Amino acid sequence: MALSTPSKFGASSAAGLTERITNGKRDVKGRVVEWLLLATLGVTLLILVALIVNLLDRAWPVLNGRFGDFLSSGLDASNAQEAGVWQAIRGTLTLAIIVIVVSFPLGIACAVYLEEYASRSRLARLIRINVRNLAGVPSIVYGILGLTIFVKFAGGITGGRTVIAGGLTLSVLVLPVVVITASEALRAVPRSIREGAMGVGATQWETVRSHVLPSAAPGILTGTMLALSRAAGEAAPLLLVGGITGLLRTGNLSLWEQITDGGFTSMPVAIFSYARQTGADFQAVTAAASLILLVLVVVINGLAIWLRNRFERNW
Amino acid sequence: MFIERETMSASTTQSWTVADLRLAGGRRRTDVRMRRLFIAAGLTTLLVTGLIVYTLVKDAFSFFIDVPKHELWNIGWFPRRGFFDIKTLVVGSLMVTGVAMLIAVPLGLGVAVYLSEFARPRVRRVLKPIVEVLAGIPSVVLGYFAIAFINPNLITVLAPGANKAFNIAAAGVAVGILTIPIIASVAEDALRAVPLALREASYGLGARRVATTFRVVLPASISGVVAALILGISRAVGETMVVAIAAGAVGGGLFSTDPFQPGQTMTAAMAALGFGSDQVAGDGLAFQSLFFIGFLLFVLTFLLNLLGDRLVRRVREEY
Amino acid sequence: MNETRKLVEQENVVEENHEEVMTRQVASHDDVPVFRTKDLSVFYGDFRAVRDVNVYIKAREITAFIGPSGCGKSTVLRCFDRMNDLIPTARVEGTVEYHGVNLYDREVDAVEVRRRVGMVFQKPNPFPKSIYDNLAFGPRLNGVKKKADLDVIVESSLKRAALWDEVKDRLKASAMGLSGGQQQRLCIARCIAVEPDVILMDEPCSALDPIATARIEDLMQEIKRDFTIIIVTHNMQQAARVSDQTAFFTTEVNPESDRRTGVLVEFDKTQKMFSNPSDSRTEAYVTGRFG
Repeated sequence: MALSTPSKFGASSAAGLTERITNGKRDVKGRVVEWLLLATLGVTLLILVALIVNLLDRAWPVLNGRFGDFLSSGLDASNAQEAGVWQAIRGTLTLAIIVIVVSFPLGIACAVYLEEYASRSRLARLIRINVRNLAGVPSIVYGILGLTIFVKFAGGITGGRTVIAGGLTLSVLVLPVVVITASEALRAVPRSIREGAMGVGATQWETVRSHVLPSAAPGILTGTMLALSRAAGEAAPLLLVGGITGLLRTGNLSLWEQITDGGFTSMPVAIFSYARQTGADFQAVTAAASLILLVLVVVINGLAIWLRNRFERNW
Repeated sequence: MFIERETMSASTTQSWTVADLRLAGGRRRTDVRMRRLFIAAGLTTLLVTGLIVYTLVKDAFSFFIDVPKHELWNIGWFPRRGFFDIKTLVVGSLMVTGVAMLIAVPLGLGVAVYLSEFARPRVRRVLKPIVEVLAGIPSVVLGYFAIAFINPNLITVLAPGANKAFNIAAAGVAVGILTIPIIASVAEDALRAVPLALREASYGLGARRVATTFRVVLPASISGVVAALILGISRAVGETMVVAIAAGAVGGGLFSTDPFQPGQTMTAAMAALGFGSDQVAGDGLAFQSLFFIGFLLFVLTFLLNLLGDRLVRRVREEY
Repeated sequence: MNETRKLVEQENVVEENHEEVMTRQVASHDDVPVFRTKDLSVFYGDFRAVRDVNVYIKAREITAFIGPSGCGKSTVLRCFDRMNDLIPTARVEGTVEYHGVNLYDREVDAVEVRRRVGMVFQKPNPFPKSIYDNLAFGPRLNGVKKKADLDVIVESSLKRAALWDEVKDRLKASAMGLSGGQQQRLCIARCIAVEPDVILMDEPCSALDPIATARIEDLMQEIKRDFTIIIVTHNMQQAARVSDQTAFFTTEVNPESDRRTGVLVEFDKTQKMFSNPSDSRTEAYVTGRFG
C-alpha cells in the first residue's frame, strides 16, 4: 500500500520517481514568479542608476567647467553663471549642528525614559503612540509649527526667519526618528546587563550611564545619523520658516549676525530654487547641486548602515 | 580602603535601622534629578503634538469661520484671489498618490517578497542597504529627476498629449519612487515576522517556494502588508517638494482631473503659500488657508498612520 | 518600645507555624536573623505567584530553595534584594525583614539594599567590558576612586572568587572572552567586590558543565565564612551537598482560576529535609517520585 503510493502521482518506476524528485527545474510557474520578483528589484536598482547617470550627465557642464566657482558662489536664482552653493552648504551645516545639539540629546533622553524608566506605564504608552504618529506627520506641517512657534511666537529669541528658527524646526521634525531608533537600540540591550549593574547596587541612572547607553551607543549613533541625513535633505518646512529661494546677499554681515539676523538657505532649498528656473544652464546648476546633496546624504546614510551592520551584536 | 562597613561588623545579634539602608544623599539626588529630566524629555514629544494641533486648529477654525463658504467649492485654487476650491487640492493629491501607488506597490512589495523569501542571505546583505539608500534620496532631488528625466523620457513618451514641462503624472512617479523603500521595508519586516515553522510546515506538505510564499506567508502577514500600503499612502499624500517642483501650478490652479496636465496638491499649495514671492503677508484669509489645508492634511495622515500602526503591531503581537 | 512588642508578637506567630524550626533556634532567641519573612506573598498584577512564605535565614549559612519550576522560589529570592521592583506589575504582601528592618519600608532604598545583598544570576552576565572594569564598577559607585585602592579590591575579590590565577595576566581583556564557568565566578567576584552581607544565587550553575559547577560549589563553601548565601537550585543533589538549610516549595493549582501558585511546604535543616522530612510532599520530591 505504502509502496504503491508514488504511482498515484504518476511515478511508477524508479526512473520516474527520480525525475519527480529532481524536477525542480520543470517548475515553470515558480521560475516565472521568481524572475518577476527579481525584476522588481532590478527596476528599483535601475531607477537609482538612472538617477545618478542623469544627474552626472546634466551636471557635467558645471562639474567640468566651473566647479570651483560653483562651490564658492552664493545663491542666485536669476543668473546661472553666477549661481553657486556655498551659502547653501554653510546653511545645511549650520542646520545640522543645531539638530545635533537640540534634537539628539532630547530624543535620546526621551528614548531612555520610554525604555528604562517607564516601560509599561500609561504615560509611556501614550508617548510611544504619539512619537510614532509624529514620525508620520508630513514635513510641511512641521513648517507651519516652525512658522507659528519659532518664527512668530519666539521670534524675539530666534530673530524671526533665521537659520536658528530653521534649525529648531528641523530638530522637531527629526525628533521622532531619533526617539524611535534610539528606543530600538536600547531595547536590544539585554536585561541581564541591567540586572548585573543593579545587582551590585547601581542606581537607575548609574546603570543607564555606565552600561545601557554604552552598549546601545552604536545603534543610537546609527539612528541619529539617519535622522541627520533626513534633516539635511528636507526643504519643505524650511520654505515656510524663511529659507531664501531667490537671491541671498550676505554682504558684510559677520557670521554671528548672519546666524541671528540674516536670511539663510540650505542645499535642498537652493536646489528647489534652481529647479524652478528654466533653461539648460539652470538644469546643470540644479543637477550639480543635487549631486552634491545626494553624495552628502548617501555618505551619512551609508555610514549609518555600515555602522549598524558592523556592530550588530548577538548577545 | 574598602567601602565603609561599619554595619557589616554588627553581627546578627543587633537589629539594623532604616538608616542603614538609605542611599547616600548625593547619589539619590542625582538619580531623582535624572529621572525628572528623562520624564521631561518624554513630555516634550507630547508638547510638540499639542503645539501642532493647537496652531493648526486655531487658524484653521478662524479661516473656516471667515471664508465665504461658496468659495470652498469653486472653479479652482487661487488663494490670493479668494478662490479656495478644496476639491482642486484634494483631487490633485489623490491623483499624485494614485500614480505613486501604481509604481510603488508592485515594486515595493516585489522587493519585499524577494528579499524576504527568495534572496540568499549573502545577496540580501548586499541588496538591502542599496534599497535603504533609495530611502535616503532627498525629495528635492527626485523632484528635479521628475522634470529632467521622468517627464521627457517616460510620461510624454507614453502619453504624447502630456504637458511637456510639468504634470501630475511625472510628479506621481517620482513620489512613487520615494515610497518604494517605505513599502518594501515595512512589508519585509512583516514577512520576516512569520515564523519559520509555518514555512517548514508548508514545505513539509510538498508545497514549493512560490506556493509557500503566496499561500502561506503572505496571508499570514497580510495585516503587515496592508500596513505597508497604508503607511506608503500616508507618505505619498504628505510629500511636498516633488510636487512643488514637478507638478507645476505654483500660485494656483483650476480644477482638473487630468493627470497629464499641471495640477495642485494640498502640500504644494501650502509650500506656495509659505515661501518667497508668493508669501502671503499678515493675517489675511489666504494666509489662514495655509493652516486650514495643514489641518486637513494632518488629520488625514494621522488617521492613516494610526491605522497602519495598529496593523503593524497586530503582526508583532501575533508572532 | 511598641516595635519591640510587635517583633515579639510576630515571633510567636512564626513559632506556632514552624515549631520544628524554632525549637532549634530558640537557643539563639535574641539573635536577629539576616532575613525573616512573614506571610510573604508576591503578585504579578492580579496573579499571586507565591503565597504565605515564612522563612528565617541565619548569618553565614547557606540556605537552598528547591522545588519544581514555577513554584516561586526565584520570585521569593528576588524579594530579598528587591529585584522584583524592576517588574512594573510586581507587588509584595506580608513582610521581609532584613536585620530587623522592614525591607519594603518607604524609607529604604532598593539601591542600597542591592549593594548589601548581591545577586548572581542564572546566566552569567558580565558587563561587555574588561575583567578589571567589571570588578571596579561597584566600588567606584561607592566612592572608591584611587587606582591603588581599586587594584587591591580587584585582586582580593578575584582571589576570593578563585579566579585570580586564571585571569591575573589579562585583567584588561574583555570579560566576554572568559568561559561560562569563569564568567560566573567573575560575577561572584563582582558581588564580593562591594563587600556585601548576603549573596543571592539564582540557579547559578544551570548553564554550566559539571566541572565548572563543582568549582562554584567549592567556592560557595569557601565564601560562606564571610557571607550569608541563599541559592535557588533545580538540582536536589546540589542543595544536599552545599546547603545548611533547605526550603522546599511546590505549586498548588487554584481551583477557581486554574493558575498555579507557589507555596512553601517545608523549611528545615538540610540534613533533616533529605533524611527525614516531615511533609509527605517533600519526601516525594526528594526521593524523586515527583517533580
